[in-house]
Amino acid sequence: MMAEPRLTVAVTGMNALPENPGPGLAVARCLREAYGPRVRIVGLGYDALDPGLYLREYCDSAHMLSYPSGGSDAMLERLAAIHAAERIDLLIPCLDAELPQMVSAEPRLAQMGIRTFLPDAQALARRAKDRLPELCESAGVACPEIKSLTSASFFRSCQAEGWTYPMVVKGPFYDAHIVKSAEEAVAAFHSIAAEWGLPVLAQRFIAGEEYNLSGVADGEGRLHGEVMMKKRALTAKGKAWAGVAVFDERLADAARRLVKTLRWKGPLEVEMMRDHTGRYHLIEINPRFPAWIYLSQGVGRNLPALLAELALGRPLPALAPPQPGTMFIRYAIETIVPLGDFEAMMMDGSLACRLEAEGVR
Amino acid sequence: MNDRASVFPDPETVGRLALSDSGFVFDPSNGRSYSVNATGLAILRLLQKSTTLAEVVEALGTRFEADAATLERDVIEFAGILRSEIR
Repeated sequence: MMAEPRLTVAVTGMNALPENPGPGLAVARCLREAYGPRVRIVGLGYDALDPGLYLREYCDSAHMLSYPSGGSDAMLERLAAIHAAERIDLLIPCLDAELPQMVSAEPRLAQMGIRTFLPDAQALARRAKDRLPELCESAGVACPEIKSLTSASFFRSCQAEGWTYPMVVKGPFYDAHIVKSAEEAVAAFHSIAAEWGLPVLAQRFIAGEEYNLSGVADGEGRLHGEVMMKKRALTAKGKAWAGVAVFDERLADAARRLVKTLRWKGPLEVEMMRDHTGRYHLIEINPRFPAWIYLSQGVGRNLPALLAELALGRPLPALAPPQPGTMFIRYAIETIVPLGDFEAMMMDGSLACRLEAEGVR
Repeated sequence: MNDRASVFPDPETVGRLALSDSGFVFDPSNGRSYSVNATGLAILRLLQKSTTLAEVVEALGTRFEADAATLERDVIEFAGILRSEIR
């Protein structure tokens, strides 16, 4: 798995906030453990207070990106400037909101010499939350009904259409609320619309337990290295604070069928609810690694490293069998940031030269 | 007495459980963990061998000082907990 020296991998999503961490830092940690000093990791973030940008053991250098809302040209211009300084071999985007731009920019990134390993635009669109029932019908996977809403009035009249409470109100990219009444639903609608815009989605509630699966798909219909996880403790935002690796062939089979139907390429996280009969219902497909991806290293299936090998066209390493029972417990810890580092990030949007000058790597 | 299916969880379900001598029980398919006492652990180990209720009661009778009726009642009660917890 570890052949070429000094592979440079840029990783986004360094917003490792305790209650709702981005996956970037966990991806960087996996890469560091797989490749050691043979990888240069370039951390990319959107806020000067993204903690991962300052964690020198994982990020050899760090840069700020322009927000996806700034458009593709601004993003590409910024990436080109970073690439000129860093000579990026592989870029791993880790945030949902940046995926559409990254996918459409893939040819231009390739021209610049930056490899990616991403789904095509059609596959990305087919796993959008409001299109999951259509996808699941093709894949033969159960899925709760979803409605795309531009008005909260639905929640006052939905029972006439056979919708009952509780139900789930969610944003197209982020955020989900389980609501038990029309009043709660309307409040959730406005909260999500204010933060993420319209449409807001209503999804039928499936009683059961949530299970998550992450893996890497090769773009030819195959899923590699699946790792399954059950959350054991949650943050206030419902994110995993502790989790345990599980293995259920039915969950793996559902994920394989979704990957095959989509001909997915790249990392993904499949979120499913298992009802009391043991049937799995698809809740979401996230087009990236999840924040809990360090568990994949813990069970001997380092998925970010697997992605890097696939992206570089190298033969895939033999994977360890799943190790159900391996747990993770997340914790919050402070890192000390010299004022000069923060100044560099604020004023220049980069921390590269300073780290190199200090001989950290 | 031999109707295992109506008393115990199915053998495949019990068979997947990881049992530790400490009484720690882990279900790898759903991530749940439990703790059982020595009697519970003994019953689970017997069930992993596809044992019938009568055979469980008989085997426990050689290890624990209780009459067959008491053992059978306790095993059936424990089996009820297993059926609801382990699916």
